[in-house]
Amino acid sequence: MTSDEIALSVKNVSKTFKLPHERHSGLKQSLISKLGGKHRKGYEEQHVLKDISFEVKKGEFFGIVGRNGSGKSTLLKLISNIYEPDSGKIKINGSLTPFIELGVGFNPELTGRENVYLNGALMGFSRKEMDAKYDTIVNFAEIEEFMDQKLKNYSSGMQVRLAFSIAIQSHSDILILDEVLAVGDEAFQRKCNDFFDQIKQDETKTIILVTHGMGNVKRYCDRALLLNDGSIDMIAGPDEVADAYSKLNLTSRIKKRVGDKDLSVEKVEGEPWLEAEITSDIVLRPADTLRAEIKYRYPSNAEIIAKAYIDMRGQPIMATNPRVLEMSGMVTSDTNEHIATYELDLDQFNRGDYRLIVHLEDITTNENVATYGIKGELIFKIVNPDIAAGGALKNKAKMELVR
Amino acid sequence: MNLSNIFSKRNKVLLRELVVTDFKLRYQNSALGYLWSLLKPLFLFAIMYVVFVHFLRFGDGINHFAPMLLLGLVLWEFFTEATKQGMKSITSKANLMRKINFPKYIVVVSATVSAFINLLLNLVVVFIFMLIDGVDFGWTALLLPVTLIVLYAFTLGLTFLFAAISVKYRDIGYIWDVIIRAMFYGTPILYPLQRVVEFSETAAQVLLLNPVAVIIQHARYQLVGGDDVILPQHLFANPIWIALPYVVIVVVGLLAIWFFRARQGKFAEEA
Repeated sequence: MTSDEIALSVKNVSKTFKLPHERHSGLKQSLISKLGGKHRKGYEEQHVLKDISFEVKKGEFFGIVGRNGSGKSTLLKLISNIYEPDSGKIKINGSLTPFIELGVGFNPELTGRENVYLNGALMGFSRKEMDAKYDTIVNFAEIEEFMDQKLKNYSSGMQVRLAFSIAIQSHSDILILDEVLAVGDEAFQRKCNDFFDQIKQDETKTIILVTHGMGNVKRYCDRALLLNDGSIDMIAGPDEVADAYSKLNLTSRIKKRVGDKDLSVEKVEGEPWLEAEITSDIVLRPADTLRAEIKYRYPSNAEIIAKAYIDMRGQPIMATNPRVLEMSGMVTSDTNEHIATYELDLDQFNRGDYRLIVHLEDITTNENVATYGIKGELIFKIVNPDIAAGGALKNKAKMELVR
Repeated sequence: MNLSNIFSKRNKVLLRELVVTDFKLRYQNSALGYLWSLLKPLFLFAIMYVVFVHFLRFGDGINHFAPMLLLGLVLWEFFTEATKQGMKSITSKANLMRKINFPKYIVVVSATVSAFINLLLNLVVVFIFMLIDGVDFGWTALLLPVTLIVLYAFTLGLTFLFAAISVKYRDIGYIWDVIIRAMFYGTPILYPLQRVVEFSETAAQVLLLNPVAVIIQHARYQLVGGDDVILPQHLFANPIWIALPYVVIVVVGLLAIWFFRARQGKFAEEA
């Protein structure tokens, strides 16, 4: 068995759901929609996955990331054979966990012990096989004294611990795990991490991990797939995918704040006009440079100048006022359209979410006549995988114990 | 429903676990627990006995009509329980099916198996009752398992069909409720078939085209025996009519297997 062997191959898979306008489980609705003809079609088609193709190698730790509604869960359900693809092929080489969620089939009216056996049966283990695994499961979950109580009396943390402990006993070649890492207290989390580290070493086990946590992707995954709106955005190394995912999130955050409309500002005759755009990437590292373009126009011949702020959580942390800083040639006094560029080396910043805000100032009155970016149109994110220090700026201070 | 998989280890384990769970859950938080599944048909029988045998005197001139009434009720109770529970089995497990891949027919089988185990336990009560009533069991009693298997097969076929239909059309549940009520009165359970023959032989013949009626009559004949039970061969000269109920059972079964197999891939999204 070489490690190059393919564990999972997904080829040109598409999936469409018919979403009924109303719940469509009655004869009446069905008759109405059939008699009603074309213009009263009872459902809407939703293309959840569009022509997805990728391969996962044996022994690989493969991540699937994407925003809510991007089709991750549907993809998982297709892989685990819960749904059938409309077109395309999914080939699985080896045994595969058939579940995509922890604690599937848990019944609150049964005791912890009974649930272990029921859950085991759903995974295909007989009573005898579960007998052999039972102690390991209970020890891992650390809930010995609760096993004969009904599950409904468990805390949610205890339930998840039990579910996770059973799941990792499935011993399939391909393990599918959907958002399981953010469970339990710190001690249990550490245990899970150990398990993942250990399984990552195991060349015979293939893991497909679906998660929102980019930390997990970077920590465990060999490669990851970014799903966006039913299509593959990229398949790459964990860092690249994590950055792309952050960017996707940032872009949608901007859209959410500003609305779906265009980010540009309408030019009104006789009014000052100002807009700006980040021309560099919006997900950056400290080694990168933030670049933006500021465009403006003023209706009179007064002397005007563009200024910029960097702002973190509503607090301005850096102001760039060319007049005060005596940057030459920035003042204009005509009614033409101007473009100013903005450049900032980020080497002094820590990671975080920032926003750029630009102003247009009338120098004679010292007044801001136009502002852009206040709604978050110019958000950018600095990612720094190495340093987890707090604060917006890198530490320049020194400390010494003198007494 | 790949035939080679039906009895694979995984599926047997799952079936067993589902049936056991079902039994555990059904009588939880009830003081008498499992006894209820024996008491229910007995109470029902007591009411029917008082009304139809004691007052309306339906059983006059027929030996051991009381235990035959109980036997009929118990078999009928299985038929209704299994079809009603079984047809809901797919839709009620929709949540589970969306999260784990497992053979869908198992939940249908598990629902009917639970009802069948119930039936077997109820039959113990029927036997005791028959002994008290002085029924003389003959060798025909040994054929009862065959009759029970035929009943189970017919029930399972119908249940598969209904379970698959109800995924898209819940209406089938309501329709079946009405049909099964009508069928109850159209099956010689409360009244002996002799009463119908006295009234019209054709009517009796029509009643004996119903597979469940034929099965109940056979079970009665096998246990109580003698001249007190009318079988299809007593009323029909043409063997085609005798065979028809069995043809219905086979056709329903084949139709159910075909339909269920064709639909099951979509259960997870549609249920």
